[in-house]
Amino acid sequence: MHVVVVGAGEVGTSIAANLAADHNVVVIDIDPDRAEQLKYELDVMTLAGDGASLATLEDAEVGAADMFIASTDDDRTNLVACGTAKTVGDPFTIARTKSVEYLRTWELTESAFGVDFMVCSDLLSAESIVDVVGLPAAVDVDPFAGGLVQMAEFEIDADSPVAGQTVAEADRFESLTFAGLFRDGEIILPRGDTAIETGDRAVVIGSPESVQAFANDLAPEETPDEADEIVIIGGSEIGYQTARLLEKRGLSPRLIEQDHDRARWLAEELPGTLVMEHDATDTDFLAREHVDESDFVVATLDSDERNLLASVLAKRLGTDRVVAVVDNGEYVTLFEEIGIDVAVNPRQVTAEEIIRFTYGGVAENIAVLENDQAEVLELQLTEDSELVGCSIEEAAAGIDTNLVFGAITRDRELITPRGDTELAAGDHIVVFVESSFVEALASMA
Amino acid sequence: MRWRVDLRASVSLLGTIIKYLAATMVIPLAVAVVYMEDVWVFVVSIAIAVAIGVGLERLDPEPDLGPREALVLVSISWFGVAVVGTIPYLLAGYGTQSTVGLQLPLGDGAAVILGALGSSIVNALFESMSGFTTTGATVLGEISFDRHSHALLMWRQLTQWLGGMGIIVLMIAILPELAVNGAQLMSSEAPGPELQKLTPKIAETARALWLIYLGFTVLLVILLYTLSVVGLAPEMDLYNAVAHGFTTLPTGGFSPQADSIAAFGAVVQWVIIPFMIVAGVNFALFWHLLRGEVDVMLKNAEFRTYAGAIAVITAVLSVLLFRGGAPPLELGGTTEGVTENALRQAAFQIGSLLNSTGYATADFAQWDGHTQFFLLFAMFIGGSAGSTGGGVKVIRWLVVFRAIRRELYTTARPDVVRPVRLGGQVVDEDAVRGIVVFTLLYFILLIFGAVFIMIDSARIGVELSALEAVSASLATIGNIGPGFGKLGPFGSYLFFPDSSKLLMVVLMWLGRLEIVPVLAVLVAGVEDVG
Repeated sequence: MHVVVVGAGEVGTSIAANLAADHNVVVIDIDPDRAEQLKYELDVMTLAGDGASLATLEDAEVGAADMFIASTDDDRTNLVACGTAKTVGDPFTIARTKSVEYLRTWELTESAFGVDFMVCSDLLSAESIVDVVGLPAAVDVDPFAGGLVQMAEFEIDADSPVAGQTVAEADRFESLTFAGLFRDGEIILPRGDTAIETGDRAVVIGSPESVQAFANDLAPEETPDEADEIVIIGGSEIGYQTARLLEKRGLSPRLIEQDHDRARWLAEELPGTLVMEHDATDTDFLAREHVDESDFVVATLDSDERNLLASVLAKRLGTDRVVAVVDNGEYVTLFEEIGIDVAVNPRQVTAEEIIRFTYGGVAENIAVLENDQAEVLELQLTEDSELVGCSIEEAAAGIDTNLVFGAITRDRELITPRGDTELAAGDHIVVFVESSFVEALASMA
Repeated sequence: MRWRVDLRASVSLLGTIIKYLAATMVIPLAVAVVYMEDVWVFVVSIAIAVAIGVGLERLDPEPDLGPREALVLVSISWFGVAVVGTIPYLLAGYGTQSTVGLQLPLGDGAAVILGALGSSIVNALFESMSGFTTTGATVLGEISFDRHSHALLMWRQLTQWLGGMGIIVLMIAILPELAVNGAQLMSSEAPGPELQKLTPKIAETARALWLIYLGFTVLLVILLYTLSVVGLAPEMDLYNAVAHGFTTLPTGGFSPQADSIAAFGAVVQWVIIPFMIVAGVNFALFWHLLRGEVDVMLKNAEFRTYAGAIAVITAVLSVLLFRGGAPPLELGGTTEGVTENALRQAAFQIGSLLNSTGYATADFAQWDGHTQFFLLFAMFIGGSAGSTGGGVKVIRWLVVFRAIRRELYTTARPDVVRPVRLGGQVVDEDAVRGIVVFTLLYFILLIFGAVFIMIDSARIGVELSALEAVSASLATIGNIGPGFGKLGPFGSYLFFPDSSKLLMVVLMWLGRLEIVPVLAVLVAGVEDVG
């Protein structure tokens, strides 16, 4: 595969390094020194130039490229680069953006700006924070269909209230599907009367709210509920998105923002969040607000230094768990060494998402479970797909494999699959399937 | 900086409005022809009004209406229209015993002549202002067709109908030159803190609102007249059906019958109750309803509160009446234990007083103290924003209560940022401040009015109770109409001294325009001169 990567920053370099072994990679960077340097670091070709200019892209032979990844720090450059690439050839374009606005626009057609797949670093970071905070009991969590659907894998402890129940008893939620159980290295496709045993690993697919509610049933001790205190320090875009996603899961966080106008804006946008206007690095204030008694502190300030300070203060006051956003990848280990429980690096999260996507190949989105025994795939059904017009029951019967339809999204709305739900062209389906059947299934979509 | 206003532009447009107002006098003129009454009253009135209108228009042949001129226009036009509205009263009453007629007693001293002339003009202005502002307080004294012509009483009803949805809104709907600053004009006139534009063009919004208003009025007239045709309410002839159609939807309250709605049977009362309640709803919601957007109405925080308040207060009052809160009265009074009567009287009084209509089916001034006091409480609520109702308005109460709760909460936790929300929508801080200022002003004026009226009445030897004085002030600034005691639903404001009546004229004017536009013009004008 011929891959062009624009931008040789942390994200671009990380992606290029990952793809270099199996593919022909061309990296474009505007800084000639950086381009020159990368030539020796990685087994890739490098070009110095503006990734959004036609001449540079023609030099990089974008016309013959299979994949084009725009991963600079600047949203607009990435969008223009993808748009330009589409005029030169027809590579699959991936754009990295910071702004959630562009993502929302893109989601409306999934081809806006000439972008085939958009990775929003702020939203992704917020999602990973929310997974850490909201689903601490989960072994693995992945978003599908742009965050409308969530897949989570849980290990069933002996003291879990769910242990010993049947699937029908445990799955009390309207928009949740019990996709699969792993027991002693075997996949069990659950039926209503399948009993859940201690030590099983359960895979559920559904709306983020229902997954959150299920986690609450499964591990009430660990999973935060309304009574738990979650404090977000810093009303940056990531802080805002984190609060918004937590609200969507029925939690009511507190958010501390120093800037008067920003605090007001946040309070208007987040009806379920208690917004406070104060300097979050003021120890007296943190003590007065009993941050020490909160279950989670999330530091999402705009600079790494301030995040470090806020996290250390929270830890010193005695907060249980502290999650911090770390912009500079080199600091991640440093943060974790000082005792911050999880350090989320937006660039790393973005690079991982893009790499995960390039691996998928056949699918829109993919999550690999239990040493590749099974996978959860997201596929978009095309007009001429064999599955269009089939009901779920017919589709499942027609495919000779172990497979569960976890969720369907149509026009950006979640549909919980039932036996008689009919599949339509354009639907995104999220399917739990044994790894050996992935290719067969993908060919049908 | 001087607050510069091109007064001539505003006055010129007032002239245009008066010209159109003259045209509406054709309706009472037609009534006069049908009933073979003196047609000259309205012919002369039309001539005078047209002359005034054309005269004022000439002050500025090409009026250029800026935002300030618009503010001034709204304030002066309501006063100007009320002044022109006095002409038929003065002319029709000339030489009769009418309290609002032009009186020129000959042969006495000049002071007496001037006094009598002044009184009749003040009375006519009171009646006219009470009409246009849809207050419904009257100084007509004896209301009967013996004393007044059918035509004049129809004019009295018509003034309320014109004032209900707003004269300026009507003018925006038909006059293209007002559309330029139409949004500014409409937000000054329309009840409620915020202007809701339904369509991009303000003239279309104004037209839509007037058509809905007209539609409900026609529907009510047809229903009422049908009742009389099928024999359920023989007294409700076409004249009465139209007359009451004219004053129900604008939450007016005038009736050509001395006994108001008590002159008709229970069926008529039950038909009018829902229309009074509708009149207190934001008319923009009906526009959404007509477009099939039922959710907009059902999810509207103000509508839900309004409907809830009516249901709860009616229920409580029904129980009070059921338990004998009202002594049995001749005029549609309740009798203890009669459920239908208690419920009907409660629903009617609440539908009438909560949103400021002011019709009556019972003389609640004779009810027990606690039931009267409960009615006083209902009068404070008011209709919805964008309705024809008066008072403080439900939306303001909602915002005020939420702002207070926010204030108390942030006193304990000063760092918390908490916007005031209404049905999920954030209310702008400027709007919150405006609403709090309005509510405070409302109460200051209410108390000031009550004190002035009480002392002024004592001056001429009329002793008022505190409840009567407060209710006089509240009934005029809230555009409600009836008060308590001597001002009860079948009472009259005639006995007040002229000075008090003039104050009440100003209160009605302020109340209809929701205080701020009028006072803003005065304050800006005075401060710059001083």
